[in-house]
Amino acid sequence: MSESQVAVHGHGAMMEASPYAIPSRKLTMWLFIISDAVTFGACLMAYGYLRTASTDWPTPFKFYPSILNVIIMTFVLITSSLTMLGAVDAAKLGDKAKTTRFMWSTIFLGALFAGLHLREWLGLIGEGVRPFHNPWGSPLFGATFFSITGLHLLHVVSGVIALFVIWRGYTRGTLTAGHVETTGLYWHFVDLVWMFVVPMVYLLSIQR
Amino acid sequence: MQEASPAQVHAPPTSFLRKHVFSLDHKVIGLQYYGLALAAVTLGMVLSWLMRFHLVWPTVAVPGLSLISKVGAPGGIITPEYYLSLLTMHGTLMVFFVLTNAPFAAFGNFFLPIQIGAEDMAFPRFNMMSFWTTLAAFLVLITAFFIPDGPPISGWTAYAPLSAIGSDAGPGLGWGQTLWAISIALFCAGSLLGALNFISTTLDLRAKGMTLMRMPICTWAWFITSCIALLAFAVLLPACLLLILDRTAGTSFFIPSGLVVSDRLQPHAGGSPLLWQHLFWFFGHPEVYIAILPSMGIVSHVLMASMRKPLLSAKVIIYSMLSIGFLSWMVWGHHMFVSGMNPFSSLVFSFPTLTITIPATIMTLIWLGSLYGANIRMTSASLFSLGFISMFVSGGVSGFFLAQPSIDIYLHATYFVVGHFHMVMGVASIFGVFAGTYFWFGKMTGRMLNETLGKVHFWITFIGTYCIFMPFHYLGLVGNIRRYSTFVDDFMGPLMPLHKFITIAALITGAGQLIFLFNLFHSRFWGKPAPQNPWDGTSLEWSIPSPPPWNNFGDVHPVVYHDSYQYGVKGSKGDYVMQDSPEQVVGG
Repeated sequence: MSESQVAVHGHGAMMEASPYAIPSRKLTMWLFIISDAVTFGACLMAYGYLRTASTDWPTPFKFYPSILNVIIMTFVLITSSLTMLGAVDAAKLGDKAKTTRFMWSTIFLGALFAGLHLREWLGLIGEGVRPFHNPWGSPLFGATFFSITGLHLLHVVSGVIALFVIWRGYTRGTLTAGHVETTGLYWHFVDLVWMFVVPMVYLLSIQR
Repeated sequence: MQEASPAQVHAPPTSFLRKHVFSLDHKVIGLQYYGLALAAVTLGMVLSWLMRFHLVWPTVAVPGLSLISKVGAPGGIITPEYYLSLLTMHGTLMVFFVLTNAPFAAFGNFFLPIQIGAEDMAFPRFNMMSFWTTLAAFLVLITAFFIPDGPPISGWTAYAPLSAIGSDAGPGLGWGQTLWAISIALFCAGSLLGALNFISTTLDLRAKGMTLMRMPICTWAWFITSCIALLAFAVLLPACLLLILDRTAGTSFFIPSGLVVSDRLQPHAGGSPLLWQHLFWFFGHPEVYIAILPSMGIVSHVLMASMRKPLLSAKVIIYSMLSIGFLSWMVWGHHMFVSGMNPFSSLVFSFPTLTITIPATIMTLIWLGSLYGANIRMTSASLFSLGFISMFVSGGVSGFFLAQPSIDIYLHATYFVVGHFHMVMGVASIFGVFAGTYFWFGKMTGRMLNETLGKVHFWITFIGTYCIFMPFHYLGLVGNIRRYSTFVDDFMGPLMPLHKFITIAALITGAGQLIFLFNLFHSRFWGKPAPQNPWDGTSLEWSIPSPPPWNNFGDVHPVVYHDSYQYGVKGSKGDYVMQDSPEQVVGG
């Protein structure tokens, strides 16, 4: 019996809905996350490469203000992931008021994170750190710091804007709970990336 | 599943703009990509003519060239720097805008949704965006020709620090190089959008009965290619952004300390040029497979319709493509054997590189073994498919040599490498595009291409490319270095007659492509009207009119009963059974 005959007699035209089937939008978000993870991976790899190749890499972060600030930022971002979970759950149940509360908490926490991050940036800029220069050692410290955290900050800010747009669409009925869930995926990913940025960029550079 | 798949929601286009310009229709977008690739390949070919011409007649003026660049070609004579500009633009145009766009984005967009029985891509709007982003990238790149400084001179690989330090390093490295980096970053963004769309479409929008293993091989090839593109362009994008930062914000990611260029100490410190090579080739090697896999798929698809029998094993072809896709991530260092890596890493990169030849050889053997005893229908499409196999083998064999660090150290940066990659990646992939064009033109436009012109075009191109690129291997073996604009050294002098032969072959082969262009434009308007299924094909694109209506299958949802290649069986229509035909297969 040839392969083609097996195909005909074996399956015919019937195809069960796959248990792994997921809506295109969610699938695409996962694919985007994979791709974006590779982008962050490339940046962090470049950072590791340059740092290992340098002899004068500075380790300037003191507990106060930098590390303390980062701890607060991390706390804020993780909490925002939690409120995002609440928003997704509420949206699935169709509870618009609750979804609004949770999404706005997430938006607020995301904006707070961005604000704290900008304060951190301004502090370092005040100490003389630039993308091309810093008072302590290899100029690449500033270059890698601003580009990696900048890329992450860009993701947070776009996430906050996306959350607002999705919230508006959801409460007006043009977007669905699926949109809220997909945005949630993105938000958790941005949170997860931060978990790699903190140890590699901050904790490895604590003043010794 | 809470939502309907988004592809079913868009209405038939009504306005001219929506129909032909800002179209959401995957077929129009596919044709737009094809047109863009055609423009890019024409320009890229003219650039290669100029280079070949200058190599053998360095003192003869090219009429009109001084109008494009007064600095680069004073009086029509190309300067060494402008030669490098031409080389850079030729490589960039061909690799990005031709070899990525034509076999993957153009044919993939047009045929992937049709072959899986979908109405459109999963995200038509993203699809439109990815084309327009790619077009913007093309325009930004072309702008480099018209700025006073001219295009960059750093090659399509844009090796740092040459590409990173700015106009101190030479002409074209000011704004020209910045435009290049912006263009490639845009191209990455467009390709990422496209890849997302291809994968989602393949996984989510298949018709009833279309299991993954029933998809045509070219659908598989586009699917695997988009998986590679999704990860590869995600690395090149940040690399280009870092390059832009180095060039505009004063950072030194790719620039080492103490670099003196044009008698000026560069104000950079601490970076690593090797980092650029790592990032670039981590993208760059998978890019080779982005260029070649779709052509492999197209050729398998065309060959089966010509041979009237299935390949020995379509499954093994698919598994081989998957393993090539997987292995492509482990071999980037073989481009850097002479870059100053630890010799031990050369060994590490050499091993998977040689391993890739195993799936590639398996595929070749399957094609050749299937051809054995086949009563092949000699169409232009099948000729180009056979030509593809020939080019792939001839160019691939030299890869065995280059994969070994000890031999590569001698051959690196010679014409041997140029001959190798032009045959195995450039010409082979283009042959796949030609095969696809002759095979599908009727479906895409509603008119058939002229077969006689197609066969003439094939023989000129086939013999011509061998005449051009085979001698490259010999030139490389005797030590002819690449990227030089003139060969004045004693040991290269005796090679000039061979160079003249190559240049004449290139001019003739290039002129032969005018036949193809003429065929395209003439047949588009005055060709024979295309029947629904001119080649007695079995896959879904042959079950709908040529050209297909805006929603591909009308209001019918196709149902699939067989795998894609029921050839050599007794069906109601002849020796084949269509994929969507419920009839039982007898014989086989």
